[in-house]
Amino acid sequence: MAYEVNGKTIEHDEEGYLSDLTQWDNDVAAILAKDEGIEMTDEHWEVVNFLREYYDEYQIAPAIRVLVKALKKTMGKEKGSNKYLYTLFPYGPAKQACKIAGLPKPTGCI
Amino acid sequence: MSEDMEDGGDIKKFMYMNRKAPYGTIYALEALEVVLIGAAFDQDVSLAFVDDGVFQLTKGQDTAGIGIKNFSPAFKALGDYDVTKLYVEKESLEERGLTADDLMDLVYEDEDDDWAEKPSIRLVSRDELKTVLAEQDVIMSF
Repeated sequence: MAYEVNGKTIEHDEEGYLSDLTQWDNDVAAILAKDEGIEMTDEHWEVVNFLREYYDEYQIAPAIRVLVKALKKTMGKEKGSNKYLYTLFPYGPAKQACKIAGLPKPTGCI
Repeated sequence: MSEDMEDGGDIKKFMYMNRKAPYGTIYALEALEVVLIGAAFDQDVSLAFVDDGVFQLTKGQDTAGIGIKNFSPAFKALGDYDVTKLYVEKESLEERGLTADDLMDLVYEDEDDDWAEKPSIRLVSRDELKTVLAEQDVIMSF
């Protein structure tokens, strides 16, 4: 299974998560977002970019509870909340945002 | 499942024993995944590193030559998951020519102490570890 982006073939697993996260770029993210029915705004990118940085540092996709805590610390109370994240990613922030960020499915995510 | 579990009031002490080197078998990575999943359930979680398991915490791991992902940075995220007790057995370190300086600098932020950074790694002797193990409700060995 694969996405076709700008003439490149991007392999993904049966749930749509990228097989090789080094193939990720903004165009790939846009395709992934479209599949999820999400229109990317600056606020969406903020979360997606945050996840990319988190993965770079720790090599894991964070659980939602950990994501909320980390966002609260760097971006303040308003953005560090379940409610805010569910507004951006209605079908599960950890799942959808991680997929768009090209990360594996978060361990133990719901 | 006990009634205590249903009302969420029963916090158990979980210990994950890590005995194997980080690469070569899947045990170390699987143990870490189980810890990360288990951390969602608000239990009292501890990890212990004994035998070759102490190599899991060494700094400067480089897996480029064996084509396997270096997952050691994930240990630095454990504090975010409220996993703050990593017991390392002194004798296991010594038997392998290692000291505490060879281990990663792992810290957590203490919510009850104005988010002060505190070390997660606790060096214990074999005897001290026995005492810690005796206090656990559940021990899982990897």
